[in-house]
This record gives sequence, structure tokens and C-alpha cells, in this order.
Amino acid sequence: MKKAIITVVGKDTVGIIAAICTYLSEQSINILDISQTIVDGYFNMMMVADVTDCGKGFAALADELRAVGEQKGVIVHCQSDEIFQQMHRI
Amino acid sequence: MIDHREVLETNAMILKENLDVRTITLGVSLLDCCDADLDRLNEKIYHKLTTVAGDLVPVGQEIEKTFGIPVVNKRISVTPIAMVGGCACKTPADFVTIAKTLDRAAEELGVNFIGGYSAVISKGMTEADRNLMLSIPEALAVTERVCSSVNVGSTKTGIDMDGVRLMGEIVRKTAERTADRDSLGCAKLVVLCNAPDDNPFMAGAFHGVSEGDAVVNVGVSGPGVVKTALEKVRGASFEVLCETIKKTAFKVTRVGQLVAREAAKRLGVPFGIVDLSLAPTPAIGDSVAEILMEIGLDSVGGPGTTAALALLNDQVKKGGVMASSYVGGLSGAFIPVSEDQGMIDAVNAGNLTIEKLEAMTCVCSVGLDMIAVPGDTSAETIAGIIADEAAIGMVNAKTTAVRIIPVAGKGVGETVEFGGLLGYAPIMPVKNVSCEAFVRRGGRIPAPIHSFKN
Repeated sequence: MKKAIITVVGKDTVGIIAAICTYLSEQSINILDISQTIVDGYFNMMMVADVTDCGKGFAALADELRAVGEQKGVIVHCQSDEIFQQMHRI
Repeated sequence: MIDHREVLETNAMILKENLDVRTITLGVSLLDCCDADLDRLNEKIYHKLTTVAGDLVPVGQEIEKTFGIPVVNKRISVTPIAMVGGCACKTPADFVTIAKTLDRAAEELGVNFIGGYSAVISKGMTEADRNLMLSIPEALAVTERVCSSVNVGSTKTGIDMDGVRLMGEIVRKTAERTADRDSLGCAKLVVLCNAPDDNPFMAGAFHGVSEGDAVVNVGVSGPGVVKTALEKVRGASFEVLCETIKKTAFKVTRVGQLVAREAAKRLGVPFGIVDLSLAPTPAIGDSVAEILMEIGLDSVGGPGTTAALALLNDQVKKGGVMASSYVGGLSGAFIPVSEDQGMIDAVNAGNLTIEKLEAMTCVCSVGLDMIAVPGDTSAETIAGIIADEAAIGMVNAKTTAVRIIPVAGKGVGETVEFGGLLGYAPIMPVKNVSCEAFVRRGGRIPAPIHSFKN
């Protein structure tokens, strides 16, 4: 399974999760886990998603998700989960 | 499963603390380009580079997006050109044509530096080595992206003092030849002792003859990450300090390892090494000097600096070694003056001198790096400085280097601006004591007794 970590940071507003989830479902991406918290007064969300069935490469996915975020005024990062696995797991 | 806190920590390192992959350097052997005909040689070099490294920049950009980490530089290192060009180049001007070819290939590929306009003369010079060295001032003046290095000694062979003396003159001539650009040529020229074959960092990178046809080497960087981690353990014991540096170095290096493996896979080229070096940039919060201050110094250059740096260098290695299957290159803390705001401040405050920097080079990688000195510093004095550094490297079995810029037309108290990652530097005073009789003796300094291990 190829996993992506999607993080969203910004001012809380209506429909952030909906916009991102709609995009992900269009790309056949299954959401495995969602958590959210407030850090320094900002809305902070993390999703773990299964991108195995997504036809697009990471680079295109990251660009398009950033654009979805921009429409909602939030910053969206989409990264391969490998960078976190490598850094935090031996 | 990765938790939210870990994701936040990684992304804070990247977004706030300047964690980045400093360079993906593709080493390319040019030995199979050798030809007695100069035009054909140049053609073969251009063709090989643009074929083997054709995907380097796009692959680097894809990796940036996949992992969300900046890959600041994509670079190329090649076989020392003195070896590649020896057959075809009969004059320094012949060698300059190869420099131009390398520059053209680098521009075509979109890489910002190409290293390997080099000669390895640890024990002696061939005619080709000498011609290449003589061509360096012109080569660096007429190209933009070419980096040059000369290895003048090693623990196994001793120091070629004829080479050292010649390099004193070459550094001066390079400064004069690029006087219109504040002697920028010297920022792309480094004189080494015990140069590694797999160094990904410029200006000293070349693809050694011990390497395969092509290889991916990666240099990570994270002074800001180490500094931030240490802010949380102020006043704690050395044990806690060392543990914190090690853990941070581990995390930083793992990113390098991941990127190196991925780049190798996508380029279809073997993975070489990860270089663990802490490489500063002029950006605020990306300084090795600031780490030393966080360890407990008021300013770099005072008492305690060498010990703090030794500790830092050692812990970075201990943490990093476990994080990567192959480490290599220079792997230590860099202490360039012009590329580190904390170093620049220390020089401006009168706290950091060339002599103290020399002491610091005994315990870290690499050497006297990006140091601006008055333009009227003599070739013999520069040769003396090179000899001192080479001796430190030779005796301690470590890499040392000198990248010194005698800024034409400028003196102590003035500042020189190189721009970009090369930064800016106050011109430092050099002791006005002649070593002419020493460097003019001729011959070489024999290898130290502890090099005879057979």
C-alpha cells in the first residue's frame, strides 16, 4: 500500500475537510485516518490516505491539493509517508 | 502508524528550521571519454554528461514534491579533468576548452555547479596536472558553473610542496583574473589534503577513480534543526547535550538516506553515500556558529570553541552513522566564514581570527573555508596557509582544505559580497610574516610515521 500524509494548516473555516475529501474521492484515494488539533491558534489537520489506486504521481497530487487548499485559504501539504517513517522509526 | 506529533515535528524542521537536502550530486566517470583528439574529447564529454545526467534536475524536483522537502542543489561531479584530458591537452589553453564544455553541459542540464576540474597531485605532478593547474585562473574566469580543486597531499603520501607553492600562485592569479567580480573565481577553487573520492559538496567535489561509472551522493543539512533541538536542553549536562545532537543527526541523516535511495532508483544509478555534514547557509537560523553559541559560547572564536566544535562534530557522526547504510564524503561540521552569519558576526566583532579557525579545522571537516583576505597577500603566504592546513590533514588522517579569497584591490575592514549560497565576508587580516624561504625549498614533505601501517 502506498500511503500519503496530508496536512492542512490555516484558519478554521467551513468546508475545508469537505473540499479535500471530495478531491480525494475523485482521485480514488481512500482515507485511512484523520486527526485534528489546534496548534498556536491554527487549525491543524492530518490525514493518512491510501494512494495505491490513484493514477497520479505524488508531484501532481501535491500540486493539485495545494490548489484545493488555496481556494479555502489554507496550506495543504501532501507527502509520501516514507519521510516520516524513515525519520521516526528505526 | 505515524502520529500527528511526529508529522508536525518533521514539517516544523522543514518549514521553520531550514531542514533541506543540500545537494544531490551525480558523480559521472569521464574515463571512457578519453581521446587524443581535443575536439572529439570535448564532444564525448558533452554527450556523456547530457545523456547520463539528463534526468537529474527533473528527478530532484519530483523528489522535492514527493517528500515535501527542498532539494536545494542538483549538481554533477566528474573524474578529475587532469586525468581525462591528459591525452589531448598539451597546453593550459587546451584544458580551458574542457572547462567550457563542462560549463555548457551544466547549463544545458540546469545544474548550478559541476565539480571535477581537478588534479590529484598528492605525491607529484604529471605534465597534464601542471597544465590543468596553470589553466585554472582562466577556466574559472570564463565559466560560471565549473568548480576546481587540487589535492596536494595525503596521509599516505605526504605533501607535494611544489604543488602547494604553485597553488599559492594560482589562487592569487585566479583572484586577479576575476577581480571585476570581487575575485569570485577563488570561491570556486579549493586546495585539499586527503580529498575523498565521493564528496558531494562543492567546490571540492570530484568523481574519484575508485568510483563506478556513475553514482548518486547526497549531502543533507540541518544546522537550524540541531540549534532548535539544543534550545530545549539549555543548562543540561554534556550527556544530555550529546544525546540530543545524536538523535537530531539521526533524523536529519535518515532524510538524506531516503532521498539518496529514491534518487538512485529514479535515475537508474547506484546509491553511493550520504554525507553527514552540517552545512550552514547565510540564512538566519542556518548557522553552525549559532549551534556552538547554543552549546554555551558567547561568540565563536573564544576559549571553548574548539572543544565545543569537536563535541558537535563527533555527535553528528555518531548519530548519523546509524541512520545510513553508507556514509562518506566529508561528513562533519562545515565552518565557512562567508556562508554562516554567526561566523561573520564573530569576525566583525574581532572574536574570530584565521589562527583560531585553523585550530577549529583540527576537529571538524573541512578546513579554512570561504575566508576573504587582503588582495595583496603574497602567493607564498597563501602557499604557507595551504601547507599548514595540509599538514593538519596529513597528520590527523582527515580531510582538510583551503578555500581562500585574496580579494583584489580590497583590504582589512572592507567586505566582499559573493551572493547566493556563497554569502558575504569581512576581509580578515593575515599575519605579515614571510614564509617564502620555507615554501621555496622544493620537493615534498614525507608521509608521517603513523602512515606506515603495512
